[in-house]
Amino acid sequence: MTRFPEKEAAITGIGLSDVGRGLERTGLQLTLDAALEAIEDAGLRPEDIDGLASWPGANLPSPGISPVGLMEVKESLGLELDWFTAGTEAPAQISSVINASAAIAAGFARHVLCFRTVTEASSQTRSRRASVQSPSGGRVRGEMQYQIPFKAFSAAQWVAMFAQRHFHEFGTTKEQLAQVALNARKNAAHNPKAIFREPLSMEDYLGARVISTPFGLFDCDVPCDGSTVVIVSRADLARDLRKPPLRIEAVGSAVHGRYSWDQFDDLTSMAARDAAAMMWARTELRPSDVDVAELYDGFSFLTLAWLEAMGFCGRGEAGPFVEGGARIALDGELPLATQGGQLSGGRLHGLGFLHEACVQLWGEGGHRQVAGDPSVAAVGVGGGPVAGCLLLRRD
Amino acid sequence: MATPPPLPHLDDENRFFWTAGAEGALRFLRCLDCRHYLHPPRPRCPSCRGENLTPESVSGRATLASFTVNHQPWVPGMEVPFVVAIVELPEQVGLRLTTNLVECAPEAVRIGMALEVVFGHYEDVWLPYFRPVAQEGT
Repeated sequence: MTRFPEKEAAITGIGLSDVGRGLERTGLQLTLDAALEAIEDAGLRPEDIDGLASWPGANLPSPGISPVGLMEVKESLGLELDWFTAGTEAPAQISSVINASAAIAAGFARHVLCFRTVTEASSQTRSRRASVQSPSGGRVRGEMQYQIPFKAFSAAQWVAMFAQRHFHEFGTTKEQLAQVALNARKNAAHNPKAIFREPLSMEDYLGARVISTPFGLFDCDVPCDGSTVVIVSRADLARDLRKPPLRIEAVGSAVHGRYSWDQFDDLTSMAARDAAAMMWARTELRPSDVDVAELYDGFSFLTLAWLEAMGFCGRGEAGPFVEGGARIALDGELPLATQGGQLSGGRLHGLGFLHEACVQLWGEGGHRQVAGDPSVAAVGVGGGPVAGCLLLRRD
Repeated sequence: MATPPPLPHLDDENRFFWTAGAEGALRFLRCLDCRHYLHPPRPRCPSCRGENLTPESVSGRATLASFTVNHQPWVPGMEVPFVVAIVELPEQVGLRLTTNLVECAPEAVRIGMALEVVFGHYEDVWLPYFRPVAQEGT
């Protein structure tokens, strides 16, 4: 019998700072706000935290994408750590939680605080978007030398080419893609921390400024400032804490295809395919067991890619799957982006989806709570050359 | 000529790729043992792990695998729209380049169209662009 040790870890607490554009607080202050909220939410004390993890860690060159490092958090909260890790080369933003589950199963830590902080809204200016990989003079080195000389500066363009290929191979339409954005906006109306809460119509969506075909403005998520924290605890300790533990049923961290925006074997999927296949191989649960799915939407198309990767529909079938929007709505058979995603909620960059999955499994969603007491959530984060995912199951 | 795009830094690993256009050629690193083309260049063949690699010219033909018509001026002064494309070379399944389509109106771009390489020369770099193959006389 193969052992899947991530099941020995559970999420026990969550925290979310203020989220916005033009906040008065620094990235570190936001991180500490979220961290203390999560520790209290779990029923722990800061002294109980013996592990710390993040993705991608401090000092990424792109402004605001990762303004806070592990050691600032350790020093600010007076943590005594037995285990810590952060790094860019990992299965996407959720890798901190995947790593934490492994560290807990290995006995390196008991309660790991995982965080993701962004200050992209306050870091970018009219002439300098935070997410654009434009070199400031100088020549281009590394992988990006094969993209940037062709003015392929942004993930918007790279992902757009996957969407275009999907449209070509499977007949996916802009109106189908729209449902990802429209659904997110509907749900954001019930999330007081969401950035865009006013109604968005199909006409608004189709009439929006074109960014890079087939993407218009509302296919792209919205930069913000904010910090998300989750506490991952040893499952046997978690039972004594404040809330019902959310067991990490299975993780997916695989990348089998080429690590590349243009050499991947299937130009309609990408690493999400490999990560999701690994996740399902580590559980007896099936896609039909999932009550709510929080799938990355840095660009609208990535949600379609995740739907297919996770097997909620067949390859090429995500367009018809979301058509009309009813199936993915709060009261549909597979609610998606229940907090408004990153498209309307704000680009918390991955961990926001995991936070929301926990909100739903704990029944704390308020007006956006999915009915039927959901107990299993799927979370897929990233898209493109790296992806990570996990299944949460309330004990 | 518009402002030159940001250019790659040349080193001993990539110089052959970015300068082959000086001779009108498109070259990829190829494994002499298992005949696998590899891109981007690496010290060993990822297929057979051999080190017996050498740049080899390809036909310069390609088909359009996907594209996007970019309308967003990502940096000040950027002229839009332009077409970013992924093209696939006939020499090997999955051997592709990200590039720009040139000599082709954005509204005429179609996935699957036949293309050929044409180089843009900037300083010591020859960027491989692609244009539609001229219809041969019938």
